[in-house]
Amino acid sequence: MKLTRQKLIQSDGAVSVLVVVLGFLVGTVLVALVGKNPLNMYKALFQALSGYNIDNGRMNVRYIAETLNYSVPFILCGLSMGFAKRVGLFNIGGEGQYIMGMTIAQAIALLGPRIPVLHWMLAMLGAVVIGSLWGGVVGLLKAKYEVSEVVSTIMLNYVALYLSRIICLQLPGATTYKTANFPETALIGNAFFQRITNNSLLNNGIFMMAGSVLVYWFIMEKTSLGYGMRATGFNKDAARASGIPVIKSISISMAISGAFAGLAGGIVALGSFKYGRVLSGMDNYGFDGIAVALVGNCTALGTTLAGFLFGLLKNAQALMQGKQIPKEITFIIQGLIVIFIALRSALKLYQEYLDKKQLQKEVGVK
Amino acid sequence: MSMLWGMLPSVLMIVAPILITAIGGMICEKAGVVNIALEGLMAIGACTAAAAHVLMEASGMNHTLSLFLALTMGFVVGGLFSLVHALAAINLNADQTISGTGINLLANGVTIFASQILFSADRTREFRMGMQTDALGIYPTAYIAVAVVVLSWFILYKIPFGVHLRACGEHPGAAESVGINVKKMRYFAVVASGVLAGLAGGCVVLTQTIQYTSNTINGRGFIALAAVSFGRWKPLGVTGAAFLFGTAQAFAIIANNIPALRVLPTEVFNILPYVVTLAALVLFSGKNYAPSAAGKAYEKGAS
Repeated sequence: MKLTRQKLIQSDGAVSVLVVVLGFLVGTVLVALVGKNPLNMYKALFQALSGYNIDNGRMNVRYIAETLNYSVPFILCGLSMGFAKRVGLFNIGGEGQYIMGMTIAQAIALLGPRIPVLHWMLAMLGAVVIGSLWGGVVGLLKAKYEVSEVVSTIMLNYVALYLSRIICLQLPGATTYKTANFPETALIGNAFFQRITNNSLLNNGIFMMAGSVLVYWFIMEKTSLGYGMRATGFNKDAARASGIPVIKSISISMAISGAFAGLAGGIVALGSFKYGRVLSGMDNYGFDGIAVALVGNCTALGTTLAGFLFGLLKNAQALMQGKQIPKEITFIIQGLIVIFIALRSALKLYQEYLDKKQLQKEVGVK
Repeated sequence: MSMLWGMLPSVLMIVAPILITAIGGMICEKAGVVNIALEGLMAIGACTAAAAHVLMEASGMNHTLSLFLALTMGFVVGGLFSLVHALAAINLNADQTISGTGINLLANGVTIFASQILFSADRTREFRMGMQTDALGIYPTAYIAVAVVVLSWFILYKIPFGVHLRACGEHPGAAESVGINVKKMRYFAVVASGVLAGLAGGCVVLTQTIQYTSNTINGRGFIALAAVSFGRWKPLGVTGAAFLFGTAQAFAIIANNIPALRVLPTEVFNILPYVVTLAALVLFSGKNYAPSAAGKAYEKGAS
């Protein structure tokens, strides 16, 4: 019994599951408190997960596909956050990197050469490159000038937002909120997916996401680059002493971190929309990516699962609204989950307390 | 020149809430806790104040009293939510950035959820009349901000309590060794930042708009956070930084009316404060002015 408890407290995965369950529990109580039926919330979530509508018994696979599609940017932004977190940096700038990726992808889609395949590839490449530049700058500022990455990324988020507006307003056919339609060659839609999922927006972005997860796993667990980064994250001075170039390590990892978020921006731009958007506010995928990575303990598998969870919540929003459950409950649950993650340090304190008790018992102190 | 003079009331209107929040953030970091939840706490204060004001206004309450109570409620509720951050950061040695992020995410949901329940819409109902300007065209929020700055300066630098508080941010171990209760001090500081951010949120909503929406705060809390480091953790410096941001923002609005500047997109002026902050942080990067224990958990007895 004691052993299992200890194991549970020490297992990151188990704690994550616990944290998510707690978040949902408090959310459920809240829904009940304001006089709504929490069951409706779970019906909506179930429909977004399985495509099955419990109330009328109808099945529609489109919901599953949309959940998957929503998960893509969450997972990528989660990887972005996780990558930086492993070097001990807190990348709040995922949002800005995402916005820049989206912007450049839109610009290349509208202005680039209309050659099949090459066109959207160029757009995605542009998104990845600008994302990594936007992130790399943060790493450089941090490593060289000791500018706190929390402050600099927040600043760069807003710079990205307004810069994106300036750029997108210059694109062909731009009005105050959208540009002209993208040419077919720039889109990353997948005709096969559309056919089998009742015209969902699920697109080739999901393959790029899967590839990114693999790359993330490979760099982190299998290369010396990842080793150096993780070492830097554990103890900067020890890493420096053992010959790991800390400044380079920080800058590169922020650049790679930004690349994931930039790709997310490109995929959303060319996968989920037929026209370029002139943003008036943020999409918040970058911010939510922070929560995704934290829930997933910054591992490849964990982040992917957490991203699915967030995609599920997002897809369930409209369904909840239709069942008189304010869709903001999903944001509340997300916020609660992150707060509970912060509070998990209590578990460590509890474990220390138990250890002390045990020791006292063994040496016979009353 | 007269044009710049004419800008002053709107600059003050924009600066006041940012400044109030930044002073709170500064006190918090001075005691050793970084609070990136300022944005969310402002949103919570703004939503509380807007909802309270519109409901009291509808019940026919005296206008001034209603405004006063609305601000007070924003103040109190902001403080209550900051207790979550205090508990996580001070008692449980949690990662302060994570708990702050959690509150920011939670605030997004809670404020609009409350609006859905109270007003069946994704925003609070519009109130008829917010704060009114005085004879000089200045909102009362500007005077509140001045009072907050002076008070914070007095508390931090002129009385022993302030020295103790700052000691907790510089070297909590040393502070504890001379009998200062570090946890208590940090609690005071975090709650101070919470109430001030809540109050500032109320100031935003009651002077600059007629209802709370998810866009009301729109990064002001983050700007305040930047103003703290740009202002080098000093009341006067933070005030200067807040003014810089406020002026740049006011300029973005006013530039529309100046033909010579209309050729530039307004976004150029919107970007200015952020670029200036970044540049300033790089230029003044030589020396670290931050309280040395800011952001680090303090465990009693650990060296």
